[in-house]
Amino acid sequence: MSVTLQCPGYPEDTLRSLADRLPCRETQLTSLLSLMGQPDQYSYPSVFIYGHRATGKSHVVLTIMKDLELPHASVDCVECVSGGLLFHQVLSAFFGPDAAALLPRCPSLSDFVRLYKQMSSSTPATQTRYIILDRAERMRDMDFSLLPALLRLQELVNDNVTVILLSEIVWEKFRPNTGCFEPLLFHFPDYSKAELVQILSWDHHPSYTPELYASYINILLGVFFSVCRDLRELRHLAVLNFSKFCEPLEKGEAKESDIHKLWKNIEPHLHRAMQTVYLREVSSMQWEQQQMDEKEATTLRGLSAHAHIELPYYSKFLLIAAYLASFNPARTDRRFFLKNHGKIRKTNFLKKHEKTSNHLLGPKPFPLDRLLAIFYSVVDSRVAPTASVFSQISSLVTLQLLSQVGHDDQLDSPKYKCAVSLDFILAISRTVSFDVVRYLYDFL
Amino acid sequence: MSETPVTSSVSKGCFVFKSTSKKRKRHVGVGGYLVDGSDDNGSDRFRICQKLWETVQMNTEVIQDQLNKHVLDSLVEFIKKHDLGNSPDVWRQRSSEIPTAALMLGVNVPDHAMTFRSLCNLLQDSVTPFVVSVHAKECAAVKLLIHKLLEQLMGKGVSVDEEQEDETALLQRTQCTISALCQWYKTVTKKCPQVSPQRKANLKNNDLPRSLPVVVIFKDFEAFNSQVLQDFILICSRYTQELPFIFIFGIATSPSAIQHRLPHSVSSLLCIEVFQSLSCTQHLASVFDKLILNSQFPFKLSSRVIQVLVGIFLYHDFSVQNFVKGLQFSMLEHFNGQPLSVLCCQKKEALLFAKTLSQKNVERIRHLPSFMRYVETQEPQEQVQLLTSDEHVKDTCQKLLKNLHKYHKNYYPILQCLHSLTSLLPKFPLGKHIRELHVSCIEKNLWETEEYDSAMQLLRILAKDELVAALEKCAEILKSAKTKRMQNVLQQVEDFIGRLEALEGVTSEESTGDGVILEKNRRTDLFQLQKTLLEKESRRTKRVNPYEVLRSQVIEFIDSLVREYLTPAELQPLSEVCYYSSSAVLRQRLNVSPRTSIQTALSHPFHYLQNESLKTNAGTISSAAPDLCIVYKLHLECGRLINLYDWLEAFVTVMSAAEDQDADSEEKGKFDSLKHARFIQAVSELEFLGFVKSTKQKTDHVARLTWGGC
Repeated sequence: MSVTLQCPGYPEDTLRSLADRLPCRETQLTSLLSLMGQPDQYSYPSVFIYGHRATGKSHVVLTIMKDLELPHASVDCVECVSGGLLFHQVLSAFFGPDAAALLPRCPSLSDFVRLYKQMSSSTPATQTRYIILDRAERMRDMDFSLLPALLRLQELVNDNVTVILLSEIVWEKFRPNTGCFEPLLFHFPDYSKAELVQILSWDHHPSYTPELYASYINILLGVFFSVCRDLRELRHLAVLNFSKFCEPLEKGEAKESDIHKLWKNIEPHLHRAMQTVYLREVSSMQWEQQQMDEKEATTLRGLSAHAHIELPYYSKFLLIAAYLASFNPARTDRRFFLKNHGKIRKTNFLKKHEKTSNHLLGPKPFPLDRLLAIFYSVVDSRVAPTASVFSQISSLVTLQLLSQVGHDDQLDSPKYKCAVSLDFILAISRTVSFDVVRYLYDFL
Repeated sequence: MSETPVTSSVSKGCFVFKSTSKKRKRHVGVGGYLVDGSDDNGSDRFRICQKLWETVQMNTEVIQDQLNKHVLDSLVEFIKKHDLGNSPDVWRQRSSEIPTAALMLGVNVPDHAMTFRSLCNLLQDSVTPFVVSVHAKECAAVKLLIHKLLEQLMGKGVSVDEEQEDETALLQRTQCTISALCQWYKTVTKKCPQVSPQRKANLKNNDLPRSLPVVVIFKDFEAFNSQVLQDFILICSRYTQELPFIFIFGIATSPSAIQHRLPHSVSSLLCIEVFQSLSCTQHLASVFDKLILNSQFPFKLSSRVIQVLVGIFLYHDFSVQNFVKGLQFSMLEHFNGQPLSVLCCQKKEALLFAKTLSQKNVERIRHLPSFMRYVETQEPQEQVQLLTSDEHVKDTCQKLLKNLHKYHKNYYPILQCLHSLTSLLPKFPLGKHIRELHVSCIEKNLWETEEYDSAMQLLRILAKDELVAALEKCAEILKSAKTKRMQNVLQQVEDFIGRLEALEGVTSEESTGDGVILEKNRRTDLFQLQKTLLEKESRRTKRVNPYEVLRSQVIEFIDSLVREYLTPAELQPLSEVCYYSSSAVLRQRLNVSPRTSIQTALSHPFHYLQNESLKTNAGTISSAAPDLCIVYKLHLECGRLINLYDWLEAFVTVMSAAEDQDADSEEKGKFDSLKHARFIQAVSELEFLGFVKSTKQKTDHVARLTWGGC
């Protein structure tokens, strides 16, 4: 394999070890290296690398940089809440913290370019300098001129510098409408199942044979491959469940060759893991604890199991009223909440376009007045419109059980939406013995 | 009227008048707040009130600490565990997960502050000095959140070591990033062991040099912007190797809020464990036990007041903090409004005050309804004495105070006993919580209610083991009661328990006897058997089981206790001294309705201004009322859209109604610019109050924002 890896200008043994350390990414490695050319040659001004999560984008790029000891600045764009931080990190990586300290308080792009030029003129690049921007999709939220400028930074600063952008989304979503320099696009495909097995088998446990670990990985992928191809997650799961897999071996109940027996032991366990620890219903710590405790019967309560919320009495009714207001057409309020609603024939009453379930369409916004009107008619006692009733509405909003919609003009009838599910509201109304289904238009 | 300062403003509103220095001096002294001029013990009352409030505060804090102890301890345990988990483990690389505790606190957000404060203190004392707590309000963006984090942590660093000050200042000036924090953390942890000897001792105890975690507490998780949280978690997860972060999410609703807020890619970076704190109803129950169902606490609430406070709690906010605030308010009201509340303190002190009652207060005592009732029950001669001799009243007063204290000392144990008995019964005829039982006891004669009858009926069919268990519980309660009478009761209860247990042998013997009879008759024919069985049945119905006899005795005994000790508090002479009973005031103050008061102010200006000329009959609009009120009343008669010109004309008509009699008919209906201006001002004030708004639907119209009209 290492035969293909011949790049002039780099030491050969480093290249070989590089190829060994990056399994299943040989083609990407070679094309990247050929793209970079020899260290002192000018490289393409900007490269855009995209691919799904955990396909080895940043790993490959950073390993190349580190192993070949190339001057580089690696920046995660999530961290850069302002452009200034990005400039700061780049400058301090290339020219030391003293250079970065020269940046003014709120540096602009031109400040950065000026400083960079100034610095590079005193210490010109002997090798290509690389700026690696991880999670580049965040750049779109920054200053609109930043991305086009970085794409042709080489021209701007007149230095041997290449910008490598790493992202999970395609370049089409980046392109600004004013047009810009087109970077070189480079795709990292997903790992195939065989490749995943190969990579995961790498970190086998020292006290067991690699073959056993490989067969374990095969079993694991048999369960998880259909739901998850994220290498990082799979690795996490492999580590978590390996001790359980080895249990029969430890106890002496099975030998390493009894793959079928081991499979029978681990398979239900892995399925349970898929429903709990993979979804983070149960933390990995608790999962390990449970494995150690050996108690199959004690099932840990996941996060979504604690769905019950205790609310004050009127808050419950406010929430019910909000739910009714969100899922019933306003036209039908007369029928549900008026004692003498007159004769509304059912055939007329049910309009055709409203026959599609309101629950499928999701909650609709409603004004405060309507909420209170429904509230006063559902609550069984007379309630004074006190300040605490109103403050309960706003505390429901902060608890995100209601959400406020639209403009922030508070004086002029604010609008809300109900943000809870039918199951939740059924549970709530059961505690106050209110039959909410009778009041819902969809269930008429 | 002549005293009130006059403003040059046309509109009505709140104006600040600086009072003259003479007036201010009168209110300087702390104890002077309750001084009325008419009585002399205002400062005493203030002192008593202050002292009581301190006990309340202390007790609530103790209760909170006790209740939170379990969950806080397990949190600390969790943090320590993860702390140790950081020890180098070559094979597995789980460390990229940030340990996270989801702390379920319930929806009573006002109470959370206290919990977080004690959590912070506990963590800082026992685990790590690096504790940061952030509020959603301060962190609208990631930048602000990181800034807050750095500010709190590095500020602490400065306080730990003076030398570092310039260093941190430099860092803060240049960068506000987590990597800067990393640098700082490295320098601080190098020095830290030398800095605090206490921590060093801790380290020695554990024999494991471990890194101090950085704990970040998100006080109100729900209120955080989810994008901010996601970014923050992503950034932090990049640094977990160097900076051992631990997050604590304060969650008010349910843990599934985390899943709603964070996508899988982010939540997979967290290692979440749930911690459930005690529910607020339990918290309230323990506060209630400590402060209200306690004979040591002299200040009492009447049944109505309790209902108002508990109602606010259950219906509106679930906040124990607010409940205690309500208690404080009623205390202040009581000590402020009731001059005799000087007697509402511990027994010794109260007796001392009773000896030195002023003449005015003696007169006040004579006018207390409960005292008057007491006088009526006395002999005629005694009555005369009580009405004429001040000294005699003072003596009687001391006696009555002693009785009142005795009443309370006996009341609470018996109440608890009754509750422990009735809480066994199905459907809880006397209430599930002891507070409900307490309310019905102090309100009226409990034994006259239907619920009490049904409870007693149910008690009469209680099985033996249940009854014994309940009685044993009662004995346990009574043991803590100190009075002689309660000791007597305790003896009787124990006697009953003994007799019930002695019954065991007897009943079992009898049943075996029955068995023998059955054995004998086995060989007889069917008819014979039927006959014997019927005979036995009739015998059984006639003959009462010894257990049943004893049980009815026990029930009788309990009934007598209830009738003797659980009498309503109002009937006790001098109960007004201790009991605060104006629930209407409390409701008005604590459960305010701003809308109603604005409407009252606008429609009945007399209610607030207390100006005689503003008194009007319902339905009429007086021209003497403020402009705003006139405009408001006129607008009530309109529909959804109001024509401004019509409104103005109506306004001018009302304004000139008074002048009409002597004015020319020519001028009628005309209006000058002054009236016009006043009208415009009143309308804009009404708009400011949110009753109308301008609309584009029709020119020269405004829209009504309130209900009503057509």
